[in-house]
Amino acid sequence: MKFTEIKSALISKTVGIAGCGGLGSNCAVALARVGIGKLIIADFDVIEESNLNRQYFFFDQIGKYKAPTLKENLLRINPSVIVEDHVVKLQPKDIVSLYSDCDVVVEAFDKAEMKEMIVETVLSEFPQKQVVCGVGLAGWGGNNLIKTEQCRKLYIVGDRSSETSEVDPPLAPRVGIVSNMMANVVLEILLGKDK
Amino acid sequence: MKITLNNNIEVIQTVEDSLTINQLLQIKKYSFKNLVVKINEEFVKRDSYDNAKFKDGDKVDVIHMISGG
Repeated sequence: MKFTEIKSALISKTVGIAGCGGLGSNCAVALARVGIGKLIIADFDVIEESNLNRQYFFFDQIGKYKAPTLKENLLRINPSVIVEDHVVKLQPKDIVSLYSDCDVVVEAFDKAEMKEMIVETVLSEFPQKQVVCGVGLAGWGGNNLIKTEQCRKLYIVGDRSSETSEVDPPLAPRVGIVSNMMANVVLEILLGKDK
Repeated sequence: MKITLNNNIEVIQTVEDSLTINQLLQIKKYSFKNLVVKINEEFVKRDSYDNAKFKDGDKVDVIHMISGG
């Protein structure tokens, strides 16, 4: 497929991204670059200096809300993408109302309980929707431990075991790998298998 | 009982014909707080862990949700 054909296949697609941190910001950037039609992004948090080791924000954006700031950054990369941003701490009812029209939902939260909540909400409220979820990305190295597993409508990307902590923080390379693999799964869902 | 648990063949010693998800979590000592569970690829809600049963030959997935993003 030529890039122009890829873009015209993606222009009518909408992807929901829950969380605009390490996974969400980098996944959104990859999807914006390839020309996804619409992104619906949501995050309640503001940018802190400690986020810049992996999240797609800049030093002069510290203190701003992540969702509208990510929208700014995405539009600087590709002004044709429609970005709907929401500053909200997502609850099941918000997930149902914000993401009902999405072709795919990307779970890009930090906390395990939030990951469980969105997967449970999407799989039970929208049984036809595909969910891409990032699980296990702390630290560095171990490239070949990171993989994608599919369980019908649910895709899990990551090493499934490295939990982030004070002594095993999330860092740009591994978070970037997992988030770009998640974007790659989204393309596979939307465009069909290529490889 | 022989099942496929997280893509591995697993033999569970039991006299029962079927087990619930909560029984499986106890047997396997899965103590993680946040899980996504599927039986034969069908999603099982958390409030059904005491009722949702699997039997010999079934495919069960217990995905641990861990923090990081």
